[in-house]
Amino acid sequence: MTATPLVQLARPSRPARPPVALTIDGQSCTVEEGTTILQAARSLGKEIPTLCYLETLEPVNACRLCVVEIEGARVLAPACSRAVEGGMKVLTASARVRHSRRLVLELLASSVDLSTAPGLAELIDEYGAQPARFGESAPPSNDGVRDASIPGHHVVAAPGTAATVAQPVKVDNELYVRDYAKCILCYKCVEACGPDHQNTFAIAVAGRGFDARISTEFAVPLPGSACVYCGNCIAVCPTGALMATSEHELRAAGAWKPEVQQTTDTICPYCGVGCTLSLHVQDNVIVKATSPLENDITLGNLCVKGRFGWQFVQPKDAAAGEGRD
Amino acid sequence: MDIRHIDAEPTAAERDAIDALLGPPASSWDGGERGSERDAHTAVGGAAAREQRHLLVPALQALQQRIGWISEGGMGYVCRRLSVPPAEAWGVATFYALLATAPRAKRVLHVCDDIACRNRGAHAIEHELERTCGAAIAAEPRGERVALGEGDVAWMHSPCLGMCDHAPAALYTEAGESPREVLLGNVTPSSAVHALTRHDPGLDSSGTAVLPQRGDPALVLLARCGTVDPTSLDAYRTAGGFEALARARAKGAEWVIAQLNDARLVGRGGAAFPTGRKWEAVRARPETPHYLVCNADESEPGTFKDRVLLTQDPFAIVEAMTIAGFATGCNVGFLYVRAEYPLAAVRVQNAIDACTAAQLLGDFRIEIRRGAGAYICGEETALFESIEGKRGEPRSKPPFPVHVGLFGKPTVVNNVETLANVLPIVRLGGAAYAATGSQGSTGTRLFCLSGAVSRPGVYEVPFGTMLRDLLAMAGATEPTAILLGGAAGTFVRGDEIDLPLTLEDARAAGTTLGSGVVMVCGPGDDLHDMVRRIAGFFRDESCGQCVPCRVGTVRQEEALHRIAAGKTLGGVAAELALLDDVGVAMRDASICGLGQTAYSAVESAIKRLRLYEEVGR
Repeated sequence: MTATPLVQLARPSRPARPPVALTIDGQSCTVEEGTTILQAARSLGKEIPTLCYLETLEPVNACRLCVVEIEGARVLAPACSRAVEGGMKVLTASARVRHSRRLVLELLASSVDLSTAPGLAELIDEYGAQPARFGESAPPSNDGVRDASIPGHHVVAAPGTAATVAQPVKVDNELYVRDYAKCILCYKCVEACGPDHQNTFAIAVAGRGFDARISTEFAVPLPGSACVYCGNCIAVCPTGALMATSEHELRAAGAWKPEVQQTTDTICPYCGVGCTLSLHVQDNVIVKATSPLENDITLGNLCVKGRFGWQFVQPKDAAAGEGRD
Repeated sequence: MDIRHIDAEPTAAERDAIDALLGPPASSWDGGERGSERDAHTAVGGAAAREQRHLLVPALQALQQRIGWISEGGMGYVCRRLSVPPAEAWGVATFYALLATAPRAKRVLHVCDDIACRNRGAHAIEHELERTCGAAIAAEPRGERVALGEGDVAWMHSPCLGMCDHAPAALYTEAGESPREVLLGNVTPSSAVHALTRHDPGLDSSGTAVLPQRGDPALVLLARCGTVDPTSLDAYRTAGGFEALARARAKGAEWVIAQLNDARLVGRGGAAFPTGRKWEAVRARPETPHYLVCNADESEPGTFKDRVLLTQDPFAIVEAMTIAGFATGCNVGFLYVRAEYPLAAVRVQNAIDACTAAQLLGDFRIEIRRGAGAYICGEETALFESIEGKRGEPRSKPPFPVHVGLFGKPTVVNNVETLANVLPIVRLGGAAYAATGSQGSTGTRLFCLSGAVSRPGVYEVPFGTMLRDLLAMAGATEPTAILLGGAAGTFVRGDEIDLPLTLEDARAAGTTLGSGVVMVCGPGDDLHDMVRRIAGFFRDESCGQCVPCRVGTVRQEEALHRIAAGKTLGGVAAELALLDDVGVAMRDASICGLGQTAYSAVESAIKRLRLYEEVGR
């Protein structure tokens, strides 16, 4: 949830744009035209919570957690994508804003498993969200049921229970798992797989309404899809719905211990691009490889080799938590 | 873009269906036969193929109409032809209710059980179909083989089919070499079973509108409906057709826009935005091309006025679109008509063809795009996405369509009824037009009367007509409540009918005219059931993009079901408070008008009809 400024070195310089003056929570500020409300607020040191927003991706403003009130506007506006306008009076924490944010958190937490979503529990506390008020969770659906739903047709959960997206984890390859019971449909993985980063287009949003889901064509398993296992979708997933198998298995065994993990940055040994690799090490065993989001070469992206090709460093069973002497 | 395509091969029939739409493939690069020497050395397609992305939905519809569903081989071939990644095509195919992505019977009856039809006998039809043909299709039977013999038929529930004046209604679809789509009104249990099992739906009844005012000399928009042959250009011209276009061309584009401004015409789709300002804005944009879109995706439950105009007076829409194109600098206009109006599409295409042959349109070209079963595509930016071959997900505004619209270009979007008003404005002049109606609401308005009335149908009355008088015209004797503006509108009580029907009076009374829906509830109607159906409608039709609407519509429906089942969480008052919490967030934080109005009718049932007080606390 914290702002991670991107290094601008790799970006071509552009002519300065005209200044725009506005007030945010009564504080005046002047920013360049084209700046978003979120960027303007951060320049004043104001934090606006986001979920589907990431600096390296085109904003889709789908989660609506970052909504703010603009004086005179009929509805709230997404701070992550709405550009500032001269004279705008923005309220980032009014009662209206807090109400919608609380409801977004309640609606998400009542329908999605957020147990591995960093920062969400704290936000739920901060906003006083009570996801249990919609009733007990309805039983999870069987594998494939959500994939086969018909647009425009639904079944109402038994009275007293609340519909959820709970379903079995999709484990169809050795490198990463897709746990769509944890998916908030932020579109980040689709963007990272598609035009924003990887240009592989292996996944898209399918279905509609509450049945909307991330899917390959005809919901085929990943090995039958266009997936190239770059794992860039994992890197942008805000809830842990997409997870390296190494992490997923350690978590399942109760052996995932982030508090004792160390992260060491190195350079990927495979090719001449020189991507920065962050190796996450637990008990002297590599358990995951990522790349820093703010790295101006990778923007957090890697290829299959950098992200998953580190087993040569250690026997595979070591990565599964067995440890070694 | 390096696309990994689907390995499955299309059948000959699937290939035929696609080639009939797109022409034969030019090379093995886009799905043609492999092994050519030339193709081994020359790349074909690329950007040129991707620019055809807007044909994705028509191509998927071609498969649906020919085969009855979209197979891996069929969709894979479409993806090769248009250079679309299969996962994206899948995302599009699974978005639209009238596209099947698993084997489905060739003949399907879509039975409307929405708010008007369910009070007029829809359930009896569904029970009879269940008894004779089995349960409705409710989930795609993926992985299982489905018998798809000639006798194989199926039926499904459907949202509002825009036939509330002929309730109950059904849509018959039959896939094959000669596909059929027939919209049926006044369906009975036995006629439904007959249509499906005998493959004999009879004639489409969506063009035989009940027009209670037919022939009334005071009619403006409906003047030709039911009196002038809607299939004959000569008849249209004899009735004064194309005089407005000639006048517009003689006076010039700026004059036309000035007349719209003088007329104070506002959009009739529901948002009531000044039409002249929209046209002016597009006309002034330096980027080219400009696009015109006629929004004929009338899907608001209870609305059927555009269906009447499209089927009864299609030449008028073609003429009005041509004037709009002339005034706003567009060479191409798209008419996006909802999938459930097959006859309307046929009638308008016939009108376009006849006018083109008679060289009446100049260099203006009109293309029809058919929806595929998605209420959300009536939202203007979702409509653009749909035309562009994408999922119908609304865009964030700003930027507004007049700046960044269809294909990213300045676009003027008008509802069918709005365009119909352009003709009298050009003919009479804006000031004369504005003499009818009130200060804030000029001209006449089409109202869709349905429900507990003895003479349902489309009525044209001047703005300012009293709701009481309109109800009397339609024969509503004992209105207990009236739904104004459709599912996205509000209920008013039966004692609130002394309401002048203007935009400003409706607003002041805390209601809306919306798309002109006046659905009357009588003593025998179950209002609780109706409210739950509205909530279910919004859940079904939410695109799923933003959290408040995607999950909020689910929680709203669940709460109403809990109240109905007497299984409240902490009592009715607590449930109403919960509904209000969710509703306010949907209104405030949703991306588009669907989520923003999804609580509207429910809220009015709670606060205006006080429907849940009798349930007890």
